[in-house]
Amino acid sequence: MTTPMVKAEDVHKSFGQVEVLKGINLEVRAREVFCLLGPSGSGKSTFLRCINHLERVDAGRLSVDGQLVGYKERAGKLYELNENEIADQRQDIGMVFQRFNLFAHMTALQNVMMAPIQVRNEPKKDVRERALQLLERVGLADQSHKYPSQLSGGQQQRVAIARALAMKPKLMLFDEPTSALDPELVGEVLDVMRNLAESGMTMIVVTHEIGFAREVGDSLVFMDAGVVVEQGTPREVLSNPQHARTQAFLSKVL
Amino acid sequence: MSNSNEPMTGPVTSADRPAPIQAIPVRHWGQMIAGVIVIALLAAFLYAVATNQNIDWSIVGENLFNSTILSGLWITISLTILSMIIGIVLGIGLAIMRLSPNRVLNSVAAGYIWIFRGTPQLVQLLLWFNLALFFPRLGIGDFSVDTNTVITAFVAALLGLGLNEGAYMAEIVRGGILSVDHGQSEASMALGMRRQKTMFKIVLPQAMRVIIPPMGNDLITMLKMTSLVTVIAAPDLLNRAQTISVRNFYIFELLIVASIWYLVLTTIATIIQSRLEKRFARGIAARPSTRARVLKNLKPGRVESIAAVTEPNATPEDHGVKS
Repeated sequence: MTTPMVKAEDVHKSFGQVEVLKGINLEVRAREVFCLLGPSGSGKSTFLRCINHLERVDAGRLSVDGQLVGYKERAGKLYELNENEIADQRQDIGMVFQRFNLFAHMTALQNVMMAPIQVRNEPKKDVRERALQLLERVGLADQSHKYPSQLSGGQQQRVAIARALAMKPKLMLFDEPTSALDPELVGEVLDVMRNLAESGMTMIVVTHEIGFAREVGDSLVFMDAGVVVEQGTPREVLSNPQHARTQAFLSKVL
Repeated sequence: MSNSNEPMTGPVTSADRPAPIQAIPVRHWGQMIAGVIVIALLAAFLYAVATNQNIDWSIVGENLFNSTILSGLWITISLTILSMIIGIVLGIGLAIMRLSPNRVLNSVAAGYIWIFRGTPQLVQLLLWFNLALFFPRLGIGDFSVDTNTVITAFVAALLGLGLNEGAYMAEIVRGGILSVDHGQSEASMALGMRRQKTMFKIVLPQAMRVIIPPMGNDLITMLKMTSLVTVIAAPDLLNRAQTISVRNFYIFELLIVASIWYLVLTTIATIIQSRLEKRFARGIAARPSTRARVLKNLKPGRVESIAAVTEPNATPEDHGVKS
């Protein structure tokens, strides 16, 4: 059996007194689109942020491509990674945020070119070429010189996707990528994500877009109150939910 | 995809539009009376000063461009600029230390700010000037020099003003850094950028918008603060003016000479500050290249063009959202 891209074993996370993740177990296979569904506060975003160590896991084991996140294991002992080692781990994991978080003082093109130049010291010329290709891929070749505030939400989010892809990640994390968008702009972002899924990218998507999950997702997990309630293929979970909690949630959003 | 970059159309004007309202505006009687009183008082004061037998205005005129005064002016300007540079560099460093998770760096910065903000500027100047009383020689082992040859009045002034400014600047820069949305550094870290790069490439450039206006304020304060160095006999503008008045006894006249120059300097600094403030107030986000902006500003109808340049920042509706 091949190593799963992400493996979570009994992952716990608390913010102060509040336990947000109460033992998450799941596996994400390479090249699969893995959708996380659930009401707000269920811990799905927190779990996503744990995967690239924007949040530290309190207990349990979380690994990406066979590598523990945030720790290294030597002779049966765990050692915390230092800041720079954590930064290095994040290089291969792309992340797209709900609120885009494009660098406001840079053009779309500069946003995309930033990380490969600063982190990997790649030659500027190559990066520029690749960045332009990526912007073209997300349909924004003609907007490359614009600043984020001159772009619509949908365009910003597509630039954010291109920015993450510029680091050639092996895994892409999407944290409610369409939740901050006007309804009419959601489609263009989902199109880019669908296209990315078809190219074989491993994707973990926290979303409220049931349609997208059903159509593009390979696996679907329903989370509530910090635990995985139900798991399966999108078709199974969405059309035939077993759990009362899942049924109640789906009846409201479908 | 429809391109709607053209400006929004104004209110619709039609042929049967009613004529503009003709009405007598509200008279601000209170304002008028107050204005007259202020002008009268001002005239009386100016008359009193101008005709005062005890002020010899010709002395003011003679000394305004006196070479001694100009050399003092130069010292004041260079002290201001150099102290501000020391202050800004120190301030950025201290602010980053203050926000660092490293407890040692954090406490060192906090201690520095505590000491330098907690003691008067004048006392600090005197301390630096009298450093030789405490450390007669500076250096390590055999490599040492006489403190008084290193810490001249100018160097003491620079240290006193610059180190003090660093503490204040640190708080300004810290405020600027904290004003940048946390999502920016999060996105940067998610891309694998290290903390330092995130700070210098992502956070600080965006913090400038918030940092620049109070920094300009500090520059103006610094211009006037330099006059304190007179007490340690640094040859600044005020000190030079006093040197002359010690010789010719025209104390008031030479203070007026110094005041005129301070006013000129602060006025220039204020103009620069308000320019910078305007430039940065609207956010550094949506702006075309520097060259495009400069060209735009050179064109006639500058006010409108600035509005057009900065408008995209306002609301999404204002700048033709594409879909």
